[in-house]
Amino acid sequence: MTSPPKPPSRSTSRDLERYAGLFAARTRVMTSSAMRDMMAVTARPEVISLAGGLPDTSTFPPETLAAITARIAQESSAKALQYGPTDGLPETKECIAEVMRAEGMRVDTEDVVVTTGGQQVIDLVVKTLIDPGDVVIAEGPTYPGAVPTFNAYQADVVQIDMDSEGMRVDLLEETIDALEREGRRLKFIYTVPTFQNPAGATMSLARRKRLVEIANDRELLVLEDNPYGLLRYEGEPLPPLYSLDGGVYVMYLGTFSKILSPGIRLGWVVAPPPVLEKINVGKQGADLCTSTLSQLMVQAYFERGDWQEYVQALTGVYRPRRDAMLEALGEFFPREAEWTRPDGGMFVWATLPDYIDTTDLLARALRDNVAFVPGQGAFLDGRGRSSMRLNFSASGEDRIREGIRRIGQVIDEQMDLYGTLTGEMKAPSGEEIEAAREADDVHEGARVVELRHRSEARSGAGGA
Amino acid sequence: MSRVAVLKGGRSLERQVSLRSGARVSDALERLGHDAVGLDVGPDLIANLREERPDVAFVALHGRDGEDGTVQELLEILGVPFTGSGVLACSRMMDKVTTKHLLQAAGIPTPDFFAFSQTAFRELGAADTLPEIEKRLDFPIVVKPSRQGSALGIKFARSAADVPRALVSAFSYDERVLLERHVEGRDLAVSVLDGVDGPQALPVVEAVPRDEDFYDFEARYEIGRTTFVCPAELPDGATERAHQLALDTYGLLGCYGFARVDLMLSLTGDLTVLEANAIPGLTDTSLLPQAAEAAGVGFDEMVGRILDRAFARAAGAPV
Repeated sequence: MTSPPKPPSRSTSRDLERYAGLFAARTRVMTSSAMRDMMAVTARPEVISLAGGLPDTSTFPPETLAAITARIAQESSAKALQYGPTDGLPETKECIAEVMRAEGMRVDTEDVVVTTGGQQVIDLVVKTLIDPGDVVIAEGPTYPGAVPTFNAYQADVVQIDMDSEGMRVDLLEETIDALEREGRRLKFIYTVPTFQNPAGATMSLARRKRLVEIANDRELLVLEDNPYGLLRYEGEPLPPLYSLDGGVYVMYLGTFSKILSPGIRLGWVVAPPPVLEKINVGKQGADLCTSTLSQLMVQAYFERGDWQEYVQALTGVYRPRRDAMLEALGEFFPREAEWTRPDGGMFVWATLPDYIDTTDLLARALRDNVAFVPGQGAFLDGRGRSSMRLNFSASGEDRIREGIRRIGQVIDEQMDLYGTLTGEMKAPSGEEIEAAREADDVHEGARVVELRHRSEARSGAGGA
Repeated sequence: MSRVAVLKGGRSLERQVSLRSGARVSDALERLGHDAVGLDVGPDLIANLREERPDVAFVALHGRDGEDGTVQELLEILGVPFTGSGVLACSRMMDKVTTKHLLQAAGIPTPDFFAFSQTAFRELGAADTLPEIEKRLDFPIVVKPSRQGSALGIKFARSAADVPRALVSAFSYDERVLLERHVEGRDLAVSVLDGVDGPQALPVVEAVPRDEDFYDFEARYEIGRTTFVCPAELPDGATERAHQLALDTYGLLGCYGFARVDLMLSLTGDLTVLEANAIPGLTDTSLLPQAAEAAGVGFDEMVGRILDRAFARAAGAPV
């Protein structure tokens, strides 16, 4: 028997130029390969990775998975192996309605399209609404996974600053006005209002109401991306934008990834009928239909009636991990650093003094076998270079603590070095402040500690 | 037919590039009739080499450990012949500061520079010399980690205010950094390939950025963002001078088998050597394979030649 000829495994330089000449303009906006290569190193087993965005799937009972799959094999094998309707199976949509009810939303299953993960919703919505150059408003920082999608459709992304209450809706209005004046076409607002990825912040009720008002007044669509809403560790749930607006201008993105499994790749979108129709056509072109097998697995799982218990178990796993991370940050990160304190979700966003570039810091941190996501990936405008996203859902408390300790150490090292280079010293620790206060009666509440000149710092050890 | 261990991967930041280089080399070796065994370099490297008992090792590693002489030293201890430069040349090339000092001493032009260890700043008050350095080099100044293969960590300081943060960034990658005068001009690479007749300088490759922002170092070798012209169309005599500088550098550093020398052609027509790479990339977008091809040497032939030189050195041929 002769084996088929092996295809040529390399390209000549002429081929390369030919390929490059064929690339669409949108492929130019891509992460550098050096950056991608560095992120690949974060996946090595010896690295404590606070970089991923992974739920902890080890907590899902294998026997449940076995029971579900066995049942599908016995009862609906032919159906599970067949194509399904583009918009999804009616029985899966019932499960979706149940999840949305649990978050205080009522939805007509007619208004739902089942998708291949929540990520596909972003892709389909952008594909449906955006011509090259059209404006999308997003939070700054925004979900890093949405960035390649925005780029692929050549959206002009305008990012609105966030604070501890989520997107600065006051700035949003100004921005919309400015865009109108400049004649730029704003198509929709993309937001993760609850336990935002990457910032960990949650939009306040007042801002939610205002955002929905603005959308109604100006007839703008909003895409509410809500993967983490059910992963709440403290505080009372806030109404989703969708329930405030009733689905007139708010499109809703949901997913089973964080409450069941990302591996089954199942998400959904709820949108006004005319928009949904276009999304459906877009989905047909993308993948005909969402995996029938996955949809039936969700249905079989929901029929057991204990999906909310698993979500509860998950929050029981994640809450102490979040606490461990926040505690470690307080202990090991310098006073000049700031970080968010999420009430739920999977991420903390930390910001360091602006002279620290977190991409370079990551290279240094990897030598100590610890990783995070540099902040620049959450911005399209070059900001975020001194920030980082830290994930607490994928590692146990001990590893989180050790990881934060190591990152804190390399930050200290860089701050010391910067102080040496500029003649400025980093701000003293809490203990040192206390000592200084006693000695010099430092003004109470002086939160910003003035940077001292090196020579002064040398003369007075730890003093002001 | 030989049994060839292709060493790839490892822990450096250039792990992914190395895996691609290694895969391409393995394919070529198979086509040449050899038995190629790919080894991802890790704590089990020595055990694997002892078990596989290769006739020769093809080192397709980039960056730390693989390109700095560490792995070469281990191969020498085990008595396994290997491709490319030896321990000393590798350690010279990996360290841009050492390279530049050697170039300067030999009269090979290289952009003016100053180099510092972190210790110099932390313990010897080197920061006080920065104003002097800035005056002598003029802005913009390029700040680079001394030992880092890819473009990561290379920063542009446009004014004195940019220097400290650029230094902090560069020190993320290495204990030693250099501040180098920026040469505005054309970005050239000359690969050198050894043969029975001695080292041969391959056609000059020019990297022409497609985007306006020339200073985005990370984009420089990105396909689609940079166009590679080979052979580069240079003014009269420049190609010959670039070739000679590359060969001089190759000889000076004690390279063996192959290497890539990076140069700048300034707006006034002066050529300077920036650095030399002991194991340049061997992937689709890499410059050495492109240059070899432009010289009529296909990828397989190039791999074969590199392998032959490894055997020649092991057989005691003059290096």
